[in-house]
Amino acid sequence: MKKEYVMGNQAIALGAIAAGVNVACGYPGTPSSEIVDTIAKRNVNKAIHVEWSINEKAAMEVAAGASYAGARCLVTMKMMGLNVASDALMSLAYVGVEGGLVVVSADDPGPISSQTEQDTRLFAKYCRIPVFDPSSVEEAYEMIQDAFEYSEKYKTPVLFRPTTRIDHAYGSITYDENACPKEIPGFVKNSKRFVIFPRLSRMNHEMIEKRNPEIGDDFSDYRFNVYQGKEGNKKAVLAGGAGYAYVKEYLQDRTDVSLIKVGTPHPFPERFLLNALKDVEEVLVVEELFPYLEEELLMLAGKKQLKIKVLGKHTGNSPLAGENTAEQVAADVAAFLGEASNETEGIESSDASGRPNPPMRPPVLCAGCPHRASFYAVKQAMKGRKANFSGDIGCYTLGNAMPLDMVDTCLCMGAGITMAQGLHWTDKETVNFAFVGDSTFFASGMTGIANAVYNEADMILCVLDNSTTAMTGHQPHPGTGMNMMGDVVNKISIEKILKGMGIEKVLNVNPLNLEEAKSAISECADAPGVKAIIFKSPCVALFKPTEKCVITDSCIGCKKCIREIGCPAISADGKTVKIDASMCTGCSLCAQICPTGAIKKEVR
Amino acid sequence: MSYNILLCGVGGQGTVLASKLLAAAAEKMGETVHSAETIGMAQRGGPVTSHVRIGKDAYSPLIPKKSADLIIAFEPSEAVRNLDYLKDGGAVITNEVCLKPVTESLNPTGYDGKEMVEYLKKTVANLVVLNADKLCEDLGSSKFFNVAVLGVAKGADFLPFTEEALIETIETSVKAGFVEVNKKAFLHGVEEGRK
Ligand SMILES: Cc1ncc(C[n+]2csc(CCOP(=O)(O)OP(=O)(O)O)c2C)c(N)n1
Ligand code: SF4
Ligand code: SF4
Repeated sequence: MKKEYVMGNQAIALGAIAAGVNVACGYPGTPSSEIVDTIAKRNVNKAIHVEWSINEKAAMEVAAGASYAGARCLVTMKMMGLNVASDALMSLAYVGVEGGLVVVSADDPGPISSQTEQDTRLFAKYCRIPVFDPSSVEEAYEMIQDAFEYSEKYKTPVLFRPTTRIDHAYGSITYDENACPKEIPGFVKNSKRFVIFPRLSRMNHEMIEKRNPEIGDDFSDYRFNVYQGKEGNKKAVLAGGAGYAYVKEYLQDRTDVSLIKVGTPHPFPERFLLNALKDVEEVLVVEELFPYLEEELLMLAGKKQLKIKVLGKHTGNSPLAGENTAEQVAADVAAFLGEASNETEGIESSDASGRPNPPMRPPVLCAGCPHRASFYAVKQAMKGRKANFSGDIGCYTLGNAMPLDMVDTCLCMGAGITMAQGLHWTDKETVNFAFVGDSTFFASGMTGIANAVYNEADMILCVLDNSTTAMTGHQPHPGTGMNMMGDVVNKISIEKILKGMGIEKVLNVNPLNLEEAKSAISECADAPGVKAIIFKSPCVALFKPTEKCVITDSCIGCKKCIREIGCPAISADGKTVKIDASMCTGCSLCAQICPTGAIKKEVR
Repeated sequence: MSYNILLCGVGGQGTVLASKLLAAAAEKMGETVHSAETIGMAQRGGPVTSHVRIGKDAYSPLIPKKSADLIIAFEPSEAVRNLDYLKDGGAVITNEVCLKPVTESLNPTGYDGKEMVEYLKKTVANLVVLNADKLCEDLGSSKFFNVAVLGVAKGADFLPFTEEALIETIETSVKAGFVEVNKKAFLHGVEEGRK
């Protein structure tokens, strides 16, 4: 056994390895990405099949197949990925599994790095499958192993939903470094079981609805559904996940009020709750995102005609949106108990008066980021023409910031391509651009392109190919020639895919060559149908720069380089413009726009 | 024991390594420790914090406001940004060398850090102001500030660990090849801190 101080996501990965996981797959997304990365790094003898799948749906289906053969499977994603995977998961919930199948869907209250504040617990209820909700790093390590057991016990996929504060927190766990994957029994054909038909769904639906209360009863004795407090308490706080951690921080080991933790929100462990709430008259529910536990408790109270007052989001006793904080929760619990909380007292009034405002530090594209050059080239080439710029999700969403201001829309992964078509059908005079990153292209861009070709939309597709999934921490994808088993594989050519779909004009451009890029864009703007430009240049995090640019005496201080491209390496002090040599990658975009040619490239 | 340390700075300054060293040192001393990083986007230049929580009673992943015993700031405005976390009577160690926002040239704010340091001097009794460039002069690079500042914290008696625990941690946690220079940085910091 080995003790190690690890991140929550590493604890989840180590827990899955301890559970004998055979197949681990997923698609990157903050805050979930380190799970697959960790399993890949600790994959002794490559005994586990580890992959970044092209998207979450693919990952879910790979896992479903392996599970039918009896393998233990882990699927990871951020919660929006669950939307993409839901078609597969929903049907799988009816069919069931053979080997344990655990789907980690990481929620992001805040949201800190996501498009939505959705709640995986609700998805579990919608799919009618169990969900586990860890409240600490240590618990996550144990719970993920339990999740595999329950999955196999009830032959159902199960969800596991940590939140950002669990995924990215650190704690100590003790694990077996010699754990190895389970023996895989092998696929036993049985079309009555594995081929979904309306009749099967009807039958299994009834089975599932009868089974869920049994699981709820089973969960009533589950080790992470626990409460503290003495008999006869009239007040209780009900909490789960990070919300529990905040309440526990305030209440510590107090027994004059009951603290009830629910680690399995669905199926709701009713017997456990009825017992924990025996003499309780008033409950404050503390949870993030959806008022899930609150509504379950209201339903239970209605069903059992409990005389109990349920306070939470619906009653204005806790915040409706955003992340919980220790102070907010302390204040809410204190108010509920009629106590003054020293956590909240004086925070507002603390000598913050006269405090200078720290400067804002908004995220920007890195110095030398090739996306900046691509956006700038399109902007220049389209000067004076009506054009829409449909953006997408990735580092390149930051192309919306001043001074580039080149992202007019951003919705969900892959949507830029199809939304550009929608915009086109409302106004054929405007040139429509769609920007998509290489990882997003493989994840959900290809179908939208086929749609454009088939339905004869006019648009210019700009693939921003930086050879990585940068935004989520630089994971490889099918265009990079590497996979998570450490193998060098054939790169899938984006150009060939586009040509294969029947796009005639597919241009390869180096975005760091401004003139070449601009002329390619102008050439496409005047041609009918779907045109594509692949802007190929690596993310600056992938290489060590060998050159840098410096400003020479011929600089006239016009600051065009600052006003037009906004590279963070360039700054001005009065009339003097400087380049921070430690940041500059020598991309030379600034040199190409300097009206006096004052910026020169040098060897580092 | 219960002790909360908040480290703050700007992406790329090395706060994460410093927080890992603190956590490892606490474990070496047999303490229960938890920490959490607020990880920004892949791009550099955003504010980052690490919350290190020592003790069995720490449940919240982040330090509650007004509960940090020590704030170690790698940049003066980041110290001010996180000042609500400081406990009454808590200590602050800050670098006075400012980092302007990367958007400064586009949207000038005139920020130079001085106002922040002045404010800290006025409001924090237990304050140590450092100049990272000067502190690291003999070390060859300001990037060793992250370890040197831990030395200062130890020297000034703000850390509940022994010097040995911290040095052993550097020996086991830092990449081979960087151990000696980091040990030197740490010891140099200890000397500074004692002053
Ligand atoms: C459905 C869904 N899954 C995952 C994510 C997380 N995510 C955000 S951006 C991104 C991909 C970015 O890669 P790429 O398109 O290559 O752009 P880059 O960041 O490299 O510029 C991912 C996976 C998401 N937002 N939505
Ligand atoms: S060459 Fe110019 S634009 Fe490119 S990274 Fe250096 S300063 Fe920025
Ligand atoms: S991480 Fe890469 S893709 Fe993202 S902004 Fe920086 S250079 Fe651009």
